[in-house]
Amino acid sequence: MTFPTALFYFFAAILVFAALRVVTARNPVHAVLWLVLAFFTAAAHWLMLRAEFLAIVLVLVYVGAVMVLFLFVVMMLDINFQNLRKEFRSYIPVGATVGVLVLVEMTLALVGGRLGMPAGGTAGPAPGGSNTKALGALVYTEFVYPFEIAAVILLVAIIAAIALTHRKRRKTKYQDPNEQVKVRPRDRLRILNIPSEKRESQE
Amino acid sequence: MEFVSAPSLSHYLVLGAVLFAISVAGIFLNRKNVIILLMAIELMLLAVNMNFIAFSSFMGDMAGQVFVFFILTVAAAESAIGLAILVLLFRNVGSIDVEDMGRLKG
Repeated sequence: MTFPTALFYFFAAILVFAALRVVTARNPVHAVLWLVLAFFTAAAHWLMLRAEFLAIVLVLVYVGAVMVLFLFVVMMLDINFQNLRKEFRSYIPVGATVGVLVLVEMTLALVGGRLGMPAGGTAGPAPGGSNTKALGALVYTEFVYPFEIAAVILLVAIIAAIALTHRKRRKTKYQDPNEQVKVRPRDRLRILNIPSEKRESQE
Repeated sequence: MEFVSAPSLSHYLVLGAVLFAISVAGIFLNRKNVIILLMAIELMLLAVNMNFIAFSSFMGDMAGQVFVFFILTVAAAESAIGLAILVLLFRNVGSIDVEDMGRLKG
């Protein structure tokens, strides 16, 4: 067994085990941490496939931002996990069956048809120099429109997340120009007619 | 003596398939728990990304990796909004049990 093969199986074993522990963890914080491990091992796989830029982006962006966000939310919400797992055991037959079925169907397409793919050896050399250069050469020329759409999607996500969870503080004083302009004189001033009393003059 | 072949394309595709199957099974197992559901969706996206990068690397076509770039972007945006919705739900309902969220029911 050559070293790349051994490395592949080593990382694949860790990845599959981490994925299994994500869906079967008792504690949500543990589940998030197993998912972080899964992403790190996937990044290692992508490094072996010579996609080093995407591997680093996976670690920096996905693990560093999205998983940290998950951890924040999991730790902020005081979740009672116990009654969520009450029916876990009864779902195991269905879950396992569906999982095995999906796996069999997906690998049937690979094994049954005997794909005529270049099967031998490790992945070929990255075309166009380093992975970063090759990606950059494509993203900014041929795929620049999807790139800008992706930027707009991120902007929409920012606005949506803030708009959803923003709470108004009721006690702050502020000026509302609409209200100020709509004011009528009688809302501000009331003139009363009080007859003046004669004060008895004292001598 | 090599009794195991070097990792070919099929190896990576099977790995992607296994990850996808685990996440689908995870959705079935954790149907009450919204946070684990979101994490299973991230696992699914990871499986798909693995497939894309394997194909792109073995076929020499960079378009697969460009697509993974965009999948990562959209997945990050979707996680952010999904977690914002979760936080809001938890604020209003008090739990993350999927069965407590039947407010739209007539």
